Amino acid sequence: MQRYSAFAVAREALRHHRGWGRAWGAPEPKAHYDTVIVGAGGHGLATAYWLGKRFGIRDVAVIEKGWLGGGNTGRNTTIIRSNYLQDPSAAIYEKSRALYETMSQDINYNVMFSPRGVMMLAQTEHEVRGYRRTAQANALQGVETQFISPRRVKELCPILNIDGPRYPVLGALWQPRGGTARHDAVAWGYARACSDMGMDVIQQCEVTAVRSEAGQVTGIETTRGTIGCGRLGIVVAGHSGVLADMAGFRLPIESVALQALVSEPIKPCMDVVVMANTVHGYMSQSDKGEMVIGGGADGYNNYTQRGSFHHIEETVRALVETFPMISRLKMLRQWGGIVDMTGDRSPIISRTPLGGCYINCGWGTGGFKAIPGSGWAMAELMAKGASPLAEAFTLDRFRQGRFIDESVAAGVAH
Amino acid sequence: MLILTCPYCGVAADETELAPGGEAHLTREGPGSDDDAFAGYLFHRENPKGVHFERWRHAMGCGKWFHAARCTVTLEVFGTYAAQVTEPPRAIRDAVSARRPGWRWRDLT
Ligand SMILES: Cc1cc2nc3c(=O)[nH]c(=O)nc-3n(C[C@H](O)[C@H](O)[C@H](O)COP(=O)(O)OP(=O)(O)OC[C@H]3O[C@@H](n4cnc5c(N)ncnc54)[C@H](O)[C@@H]3O)c2cc1C
Ligand SMILES: [Zn+2]
Repeated sequence: MQRYSAFAVAREALRHHRGWGRAWGAPEPKAHYDTVIVGAGGHGLATAYWLGKRFGIRDVAVIEKGWLGGGNTGRNTTIIRSNYLQDPSAAIYEKSRALYETMSQDINYNVMFSPRGVMMLAQTEHEVRGYRRTAQANALQGVETQFISPRRVKELCPILNIDGPRYPVLGALWQPRGGTARHDAVAWGYARACSDMGMDVIQQCEVTAVRSEAGQVTGIETTRGTIGCGRLGIVVAGHSGVLADMAGFRLPIESVALQALVSEPIKPCMDVVVMANTVHGYMSQSDKGEMVIGGGADGYNNYTQRGSFHHIEETVRALVETFPMISRLKMLRQWGGIVDMTGDRSPIISRTPLGGCYINCGWGTGGFKAIPGSGWAMAELMAKGASPLAEAFTLDRFRQGRFIDESVAAGVAH
Repeated sequence: MLILTCPYCGVAADETELAPGGEAHLTREGPGSDDDAFAGYLFHRENPKGVHFERWRHAMGCGKWFHAARCTVTLEVFGTYAAQVTEPPRAIRDAVSARRPGWRWRDLT
């Protein structure tokens, strides 16, 4: 692999940038792999990466029906935080956040991790109590968060209106090492690292059936032929139900549309991420100067990758009240992604009823932040049959009533 | 914008007037059912990429629950029908078949 560095940029500048090679290969699928991962989003690629890095399993293909990161990984608002309430969530999200700190160095690819701080506003007494509780839980879990006063909120983000009138800011849950990262770069960087380890990342190849014999997975059918495998990892977010159907089981998941939008670029005015869950909107400013805005998910099953217009209106209305200065901004683009929602709003990293077949899904509206940690746990599960970080997130927790309830903890779970 | 016609009051209602209620025609489990049956009823969903039968409530209108047959890929609505049935009636199934030949759901076509 060609190493990226300041020196390499200088060297290439001197030879008119003719020396840059391809970042990752475009191989034809082979007839058989030890391990096949379906879905080249962040979670699928991170799983493959850690399979190679931690367990030396490199006979791996990652199969993608569209393009790298073309699913939710390239459609999200990139908030990274780990201030969750329940212990299993805090453990995996904090592992993931910590891995983001060194990701650019680990994979020699600039993912622009920016720990600028994430602030979740408390705008009702109920939220104040809830976030105080989360701050206490986080202290016990070893996650650095703090409940801060309205004055501190205003200091950290002067463009915020903290005086209401409808929902005055009563405080906030502040995670100073939360932040954002460049979403495409996470997918591209992992794909490059996987390719470098000799793995095949195969785009434009849709999985159409799962093959099995005597309850054990043997391979997949794709639009580019049959591919055999000893182990199969399904990591397809919104399409999890479709793949589970092929593999012969059902999931506690519904797929719905979640939207985001960005404004025209403006001068730097905000250097933290602000989430306002009561009024249902959140915002940060990208390095290009665009205000990146997200809101709530639609309530009905949907695979169209576009959402309801009225949700945009609700989100923008809420944010204009919270940030009066954005009222005259023009919005440039709006898009949607299909998110996989579980009943307890927590993910699934688990074996499945089909032998040799594993699934990682249910990250819903908030899985970008979890990419490195989720891949870490999923790879361990697939390589060794168990992973401490994944233990609580099994598929059968719904039968056993062992929920990891994050839906009460946060109305919006980005 | 999704527009569904309420089979009770006949109003063609915009989605802002309606509340979605998820997958329809689930068998309600009760005392005596085992854990698998309860997990199936409470959590497991078909979540199809295609024809979906679902529950809606005319929340900002007459307030009644009803059913809709809809495609989750194109958002096409095949029809709406009363809440007091345990499976989509013949007329609705025919409307789906006309648009999606060969389609089936459980053991119905
Ligand atoms: C608008 C929006 C905002 C969000 N904001 C945030 C946020 O601020 N912070 C945060 O942490 N999370 C956020 N999320 C959630 C986050 O984006 C997802 O949880 C995460 O990206 C999921 O990654 P993934 O790799 O599981 O799925 P994806 O990136 O969707 O990858 C799955 C891949 O599987 C492929 N696939 C599907 N079916 C097949 C098939 N049959 N054969 C082959 N390939 C197939 C798809 O093409 C896709 O590329 C947001 C999501 C959306 C939509
Ligand atoms: Zn009505």
